[in-house]
Amino acid sequence: MTIGLTSYLIVSALLFCLGLFAVVTRKNAILVLMGLELILNAANINFIAFAKYGGFNIEGHVAVIFVIILAAAEAAVALAIVLNIYQNYRHLNVDEINKLKN
Amino acid sequence: MAPETLLTLGIVILLLPLLTFAILIFFGKRMGRVSGYIGTTILGLDLLLAIYVLITKYTTNFAETIANGSTGIFIKGALVQVKFNWFSIGKLDIAVGFGIDNLTAMMLLVVTLISFLVHLFSLEYMKEEERFPRFYAYLGLFSFSMLGIVLANNFLFMYVFWELVGISSYLLIGFWYEKDSAANAGKKAFLVNRVGDFGFLIGILFMYSTYGTFMFDEIFKSMGMGVMPFGSGLFLTIAGLLIFCGAIGKSAQFPLHVWLPDAMEGPTPVSALIHAATMVAAGVYMVARVFPIFTADASLVIAYVGAITAFIAATIAITQNDFKRVLAYSTVSQLGYMVMALGVGAFTTGFFHLVTHAWFKAALFLASGSVIYAMHRAAHALHDHHTDVQDIRNLGGLKKTMPWTYYTFLFVTLALCGVPLTSGFLSKDAILASTLAFGMLTGHWIIPLIGFASAGMTAFYMFRLTILSFHGKPRTEIAKKTRENNFPIVFPLVLLAIISVWGFYSMNPTNAHTGWFYEKIQQPASAVPENLQWKHNLIEKKFDGESTDLAVGAQHKTVHEISQFEETVEQAHYPAMGLSILIAGGGILFAFMIYQFKWFDADKFSRQLGIIYKFSFNKWYFDEIYAATVIGGTVLGAKVLALFDNYVIDGVVNGASLVTRFSAKLTGIFDNVVVDGIVNLIAKITGFFGATAQKMQTGRIQTYVILAVIGLITLIYIFI
Repeated sequence: MTIGLTSYLIVSALLFCLGLFAVVTRKNAILVLMGLELILNAANINFIAFAKYGGFNIEGHVAVIFVIILAAAEAAVALAIVLNIYQNYRHLNVDEINKLKN
Repeated sequence: MAPETLLTLGIVILLLPLLTFAILIFFGKRMGRVSGYIGTTILGLDLLLAIYVLITKYTTNFAETIANGSTGIFIKGALVQVKFNWFSIGKLDIAVGFGIDNLTAMMLLVVTLISFLVHLFSLEYMKEEERFPRFYAYLGLFSFSMLGIVLANNFLFMYVFWELVGISSYLLIGFWYEKDSAANAGKKAFLVNRVGDFGFLIGILFMYSTYGTFMFDEIFKSMGMGVMPFGSGLFLTIAGLLIFCGAIGKSAQFPLHVWLPDAMEGPTPVSALIHAATMVAAGVYMVARVFPIFTADASLVIAYVGAITAFIAATIAITQNDFKRVLAYSTVSQLGYMVMALGVGAFTTGFFHLVTHAWFKAALFLASGSVIYAMHRAAHALHDHHTDVQDIRNLGGLKKTMPWTYYTFLFVTLALCGVPLTSGFLSKDAILASTLAFGMLTGHWIIPLIGFASAGMTAFYMFRLTILSFHGKPRTEIAKKTRENNFPIVFPLVLLAIISVWGFYSMNPTNAHTGWFYEKIQQPASAVPENLQWKHNLIEKKFDGESTDLAVGAQHKTVHEISQFEETVEQAHYPAMGLSILIAGGGILFAFMIYQFKWFDADKFSRQLGIIYKFSFNKWYFDEIYAATVIGGTVLGAKVLALFDNYVIDGVVNGASLVTRFSAKLTGIFDNVVVDGIVNLIAKITGFFGATAQKMQTGRIQTYVILAVIGLITLIYIFI
C-alpha cells in the first residue's frame, strides 16, 4: 500500500476521534484541553495533506501556522481559566462546574 | 381766540383731574394731608380755566373763524369740535372727538365749580378720615369722567365716560366700605345703573348701525336728510327711548330711581357732588345733547317719565326723617322736573333748571354735611355714639348755634321752592309755564297738573325739613352743643347761595327768557322729519308789520321766527307764575302751620291719613316690590335652575357615570376571563415547552459537545 492522501486522512480521522473521545469522556478539565489539542492537530494534518495532494499549496501551510498560533493563544487563555476554576472550586471536575445551569 | 386753543383748553380741563387721580393714587399715602391741598389746587385751576373757556366761548363768534363749515346743525352758537380716528377695524373707522358749544361750556363751569367747592369742603369734612388721599384720588377720577361726558361729541366717548362715572360713583358711594350698608348702596347704584346703561348701549348701537358713525352732528345731519333706523319712524322713536334709558338710570328716573336715596350712605360731600349736581345731571345733559333725535312720541314718554318721577319722589320726601334722604328724594323730584321740561320740548328751560338746581342742591347737601359734621363733633364730645345724627327728629334749634349754615340753607331752600327773587324761581317757573303750554296745546293736562302739585309738595317738605332741623328748641343734648363750622365748610355754602340769586341769570326777576342764559343756550332744531314732530314745535315764518304780502314784505326785513309752542309758553308765563307762587306759598304756609306753630298735630295728621302716609313713608314700597319681583324673580329663577341642576344635569351626569361603571364592570369581567385566559394559556403553553426544553440543558459541557457532534454528523449525513 502506497502512502497517499488516504493514509494521511485516516491518521487525521483517528487523531480527531481520539481527541473527541478525550473531550467527551475525561472529567479533568486539563485532559479535556489536551483532547482539544488533538482535534486541532488532526485538522492540521488535513491541511498539510491537502496542501501536498489537493493543490492547496502555500495556503494550507499558512492555515496550519495560524492554527498553531491560535492553539497557543487558546491554551494560554484556557489554562488561565482552569487555574481560576481551580482556585474557586478546589477541583477540576467539569461535571460539577455547572453554576451557569438554570 | 382760535378755535384750536379753545379745544386745547377744553382737553386740559378734562385731563387736570385725571392728573390729580394719577398723583394721589400712587403717591397719596406718603403725602397725607397734602394730597387734599393738591387736589383742591388742581381743581381750582380747572375752575379758572372753565370760567375762561365759558367767557371766551360766549363772547367770540366762532362761526366766522371756522372755515370748512364744521359747525353742527345747531342753529346758533357754533359748535367747535375736533374729530379724529380712534382706531380702525378693517374698513370701519371709529371716529371720535371732543366738542365745545355753549351747552358744553356752561356744563364745564357747573362741574368744575361744584367739584372745586366739594374738594374745598372735604378738606375739613374728611380730615379725620384715614383714607383721606384715596378720597381725593376718587374725586379726581370722578371729575375727570364727568368732564369727559360733557366734552364728548360722539356717542362712543360719551358711553366710555358714562361708565367711568358709574365706576367712580361706585367707589365714592362705597367709600366707607367697612359699613355693610355703604358697600351695598354702592353695589345697588352700580347695578341699577347698569340696567339703564344696557338700554343706552343698545340705543347707541342702533344709531351706529343706521348712520355708520358715532358723531352727534353727523347723525343729526343724516337724520335731517330723512335717514331713519329701518326707514321707519317707529324705530326712530324706539332708538330715542333706548338712549333715554341711559338717562333713566343715571338721572334716577322712575322706575330706576331707587339707587339714589341709598347712595346717601356715601360721604356727604360726595352726595353734593355726585347726587346733586353732576352725575345725576349727566342723564339730563345727555338728553339735552341728543335732543334733536327725539320724535314727538319719544318726547311724550320722556315727559311722562319725568312727571311721574317728580311726583313720586315728592310724595316720598314728605315723610322721610333722614336729613339726607329728604334731600335725595327732592333731587330725584327735581331731576324729574328737568326731564319733564326736556320732554315737553323746553330745551333751554330744562337745562337752565339743571344749572340753577346744581347750585342750590349742592348748597343744600353741603349744608346738610355741615349739620352732620357739627352734630358728629358734638356727639363725639358727649361720648354719645348711639344717636342717629342724621335723623331730623334729633335735631332742632340749630338756627342759633349754626347761623351761617342756617341762613344759607334757608335761602337755597327758598330757591328750591321757587320763591321769587331766586334762581330757582326763574327756572321752575319756566318749566311750569312750558308744561302748561304743552297741556294747552296737546291736551295732556296731567303733566302740568303733576308739575304744580309737586311744586307745592316741594315747598312743604323743604320747610318741614328746615323747621324741624333749625327752628324751635334743640330736641337732644347733641343738637344743643353744636357749633358753627370753619371756613372750608362755610365758604362753599355762601358762594353757592350767592349765585342762586336771580340777578346772575336775568335782570328781570320774573322772566328768565330775557336773560343771557336763554340768549346763549338756544334750542337746537329737531332733526326728526316734520311729520314725526309736534306740530306746535314747527317754526312758522311771520312778518312783523301790517303787510304780509311778500312783495311788500321785503321792505319789512324783520322776519319773526317763532314756533307756536314758544308763543304759547310766553302766554302761559304769567298765569303759571301766579299759580306757582300761590302753590309754593301755600306749601310753605302749611309747613309752618304744622311744624312751627303746631296748629295741627303732625302725628295725629299722619295717623288720619293712615294708608297714604304709610305708602309714602315706605317709599311706595318700591324696594319691596323690586325685592319681590326682580330680586325674588332672580332668586326663584336661580332656585329653579338649581333644581334643574340637581335633578336633570346631575341626573344625566350620574346616569352617565352609572352606565360607565356598568360597562366598566362588564369589560372587567371580559378582561379577567377572556383576555387574561388567552394570555395565561399562551403563557402556560410557552412554559410547558420551556420546561421540556429545559431538560436538555444539563450544564455539562460534554453533553453539549456530544450533541454538537451528533448534529454535525446528522448534517453531514443529510448533505452528503
